[in-house]
Amino acid sequence: MTLAATTTALKPPLSFGRAALALLCFALLLIFLIVPVATVIYVAFKDPQSGALTLVNFADFFRNDLFMRSLTNSIWVSAMSVVLATLFAMPLAYITMRFEFRGAILIQTLGVLPLIMPPFAGAVAMQLLFGRNGSVNLLLGDWFDINIPFMEGLNGVIFLQAIHYFPFILLNVSASLANIDRSMEEAAQNLGSSGFRLFRRIVFPLAMPGYIAGASLVFIKVFDDLATPLLLNVKEMLAPQAYLRITSVGIADPMGYVICVVLIAVSLGSMYAATFATRGRDYATTQRGGGGLARRPMKGRDTIVAWAVILFILALVLAPQIGLALLSFATVWSFSPLPDGYTFAHYVRVFGDSWGYISNTLLYSTLAGVIAVIVGSLIAYLVQRSDVRGRMWLDYIAMSALAVPGVVIGIGYLRTFYNVPLPNGQALATFWFTIVIALAIRRLPYALRASTASLQQISPQLEEAAENLGANKRRVARRILLPLMSGGMLAGFITAFATASVELSATMMLVQSSADAPLAYGLYVFMQSPAGRGPGAALGVIAVLIVGACTFVSHLLASREGAGAAAH
Amino acid sequence: MDASALKTSAKGVVVENVNLSYGATHVLKDINLEIHPGEFFAFLGPSGCGKTTLLRLIAGFNIAQTGRVLVGGEDIGALPPWKRDVGMVFQSYALWPHMSVAQNVAFGLEERKVARAEIERRVATALEVVGLSHLAQRRPSQLSGGQQQRVALARTIVVEPKVLLLDEPLSNLDARMRVEVRRELRDLQQRLGITTIFVTHDQEEANTICDRIAVMKDGVIQQVGTPMELYEHPANLFVAGFLGTANILEGKIKREGEAASFELTDGTRVTLQNAATAAEGARLVFRPQYAAIGLRGFATGGVVALPGTIVHREFLGATVRYAVKLGAQEALVDAPFRSGGELLEIGADVDVAIAPERLQFLAG
Repeated sequence: MTLAATTTALKPPLSFGRAALALLCFALLLIFLIVPVATVIYVAFKDPQSGALTLVNFADFFRNDLFMRSLTNSIWVSAMSVVLATLFAMPLAYITMRFEFRGAILIQTLGVLPLIMPPFAGAVAMQLLFGRNGSVNLLLGDWFDINIPFMEGLNGVIFLQAIHYFPFILLNVSASLANIDRSMEEAAQNLGSSGFRLFRRIVFPLAMPGYIAGASLVFIKVFDDLATPLLLNVKEMLAPQAYLRITSVGIADPMGYVICVVLIAVSLGSMYAATFATRGRDYATTQRGGGGLARRPMKGRDTIVAWAVILFILALVLAPQIGLALLSFATVWSFSPLPDGYTFAHYVRVFGDSWGYISNTLLYSTLAGVIAVIVGSLIAYLVQRSDVRGRMWLDYIAMSALAVPGVVIGIGYLRTFYNVPLPNGQALATFWFTIVIALAIRRLPYALRASTASLQQISPQLEEAAENLGANKRRVARRILLPLMSGGMLAGFITAFATASVELSATMMLVQSSADAPLAYGLYVFMQSPAGRGPGAALGVIAVLIVGACTFVSHLLASREGAGAAAH
Repeated sequence: MDASALKTSAKGVVVENVNLSYGATHVLKDINLEIHPGEFFAFLGPSGCGKTTLLRLIAGFNIAQTGRVLVGGEDIGALPPWKRDVGMVFQSYALWPHMSVAQNVAFGLEERKVARAEIERRVATALEVVGLSHLAQRRPSQLSGGQQQRVALARTIVVEPKVLLLDEPLSNLDARMRVEVRRELRDLQQRLGITTIFVTHDQEEANTICDRIAVMKDGVIQQVGTPMELYEHPANLFVAGFLGTANILEGKIKREGEAASFELTDGTRVTLQNAATAAEGARLVFRPQYAAIGLRGFATGGVVALPGTIVHREFLGATVRYAVKLGAQEALVDAPFRSGGELLEIGADVDVAIAPERLQFLAG
């Protein structure tokens, strides 16, 4: 008996359980990520008649004037959104991170607010504020007799996207600036540099890696976005073209798939370019004994200029929220700077008739968040703590979902699961749970990174100590790892929940009936008709409140975690 | 190439009545200093004593509430850092990672709108002076700590500043490099003839390379003098303890008419001329190497003998350090080690003998 026990202990620990988990994760990724995306790519290269592999679809794409216009429009809109977002983000980041500035925290918080509102939600509100007959142009017409086409055609998309996504640049550049030791700037000042020269020669180059990361994210997100151009009635861009092809011509038409391949290629290309541009430029220069972040005092005139710039930017970027809030309470609002009257009727209607949108959203986002966090932490655990062969591939595959635009996931699911019947005869592609899975797969990379980060912070010695005291791998995972990771997992869930609740790109393709539709889709439907604007805006405000509350809670959790870590 | 190519006319630095507070924290208190042209001067003190704050004040990164800073007789208080022309070498070196070594060194000249050809000539000279010409095209991250330090120095001296400020320049180097670099620093300063202020918490660094030292504590300058003056004649207990090892013994001053004596806590009385002038609460101070040690009664006339018991013994190579218990207090005595000489045993009753002129009464 004793001898037998000794012999077993000498064998490597049995990892059958973890191998099975790895297989399960891989199967999930295979079915719901690899196969749909591969299908999209395969169809793009397939001759619709003969079924043979061909490049003829791509030739058709590049010969088609409409598609070429859409491609150049998409590139133009994405590039200009980056430029405009930079103009919004840079002054906010620099002023709040580098000067003793009262209200810096408030500005940073307000500056991130646009990110939590779906860009399409503000589209109609922005038409009313900045459109041809919007508040701003009415006032400008009265005062100066001019009309600025803020919202005409592509301008509107650029304007809205820049407002929505500029926080990516703000956050990344702020983080970069926080990592630059103050002696870097002081050394330049000591050698005679100041003002804009100091910014151009020292600060901006050092913040470059953060800027590139933020800018490439903005570019990709704008390039892939479907809902904002559609809501502004801009159809000549790539993502809307893919959607329209599939929904109007049918899922057999190859052009939608070709567009998807182009979308993926541009996403991957931008990611690669960003990685390449920042390689070998880790400029984090905070040093031991260094002064850390320096905030310089600001003097009289500079303070006034800084406040003017900041208030102007904040007014612009918060305009969609403000407009949406006004619209949700407005009786009638057209051809006037402000609504004619105010009412609660839209909210009453939304909570009465359209409660289904809200409850669907809460259900889908909760499930998607739970799935993303469970699968994400499983993969993180397997990669970090097991010896399952090929475990790194789980990480690579899950992360590759980052490069897959939502519209591609949607189209891929439609095509792949349309012919997969459920027991009740319904196609899997039209089953509401498919929307949940699409949302979960899209959130998986973020959940995975969060789990990996919290696992990496847990010293393996804590687990070894438990093993030394007689706990097996499963008991260690349950009693040591899970409690220590719970904070990170909860934060990951809340982020996933919040972003899933306003996602539209993938769900737009998959929603088959309004009974199954989430809030974002309902908002889209409402905004199609002038009569639906009020209730649509009310839905939008609810979405903003849900996401806002989630963001607040995750901040609370993060600061509690931080305080807990500091106490140790 | 000769370092005199970069030589500037040396300027003195005067600090007058400077007070600086951060909110309720009074960081610098009534600072008055005069640093002579061409002098190598140190601000020495423990962390938090205000020495770096004072240096940054001269560079213009801190603003004082009262007082003036003059460089070469000119009040620079109203000038922003970029117009002061006082070169500073940062503790972290602060080399810009996105520029090559040559670009780092050229930066200050470019900001001064120096002609391109002149910039190239002076950058080459500066790099040659610090012995790094062959690394001009490297990035800072490709250099060792010592090389980075020399680039930072070249970057600062190339603009020929009026004063050179060094903020703990040796603290990020390993022990062996530190000894080498401090010698180089001293040589370079002598060749350039530039007024230099050096901030350090390491008394050995300050002693080895500086002409004069200001010892600081809690934002107050405790004493200014040459390293030897500070060592031999410390103005107070802090300076005595901070520079080298000192025995500090508690006791009471007893006055009996004209004569005065100092009674240690164990009752031993030390009669001395200068005891009469010592302040109330002063303590008896002497350095371990100025005392002799021997078995009880070994000391002969003319010395002060303190009876005690050996409690600890350390062999340090050139010397043997004895810890002697004097009542409730303890004193260290360094005796030279001679090959074959006999060491005193732990527990032995001994006398600690000190020449009267080596004894000082200092207050805190």
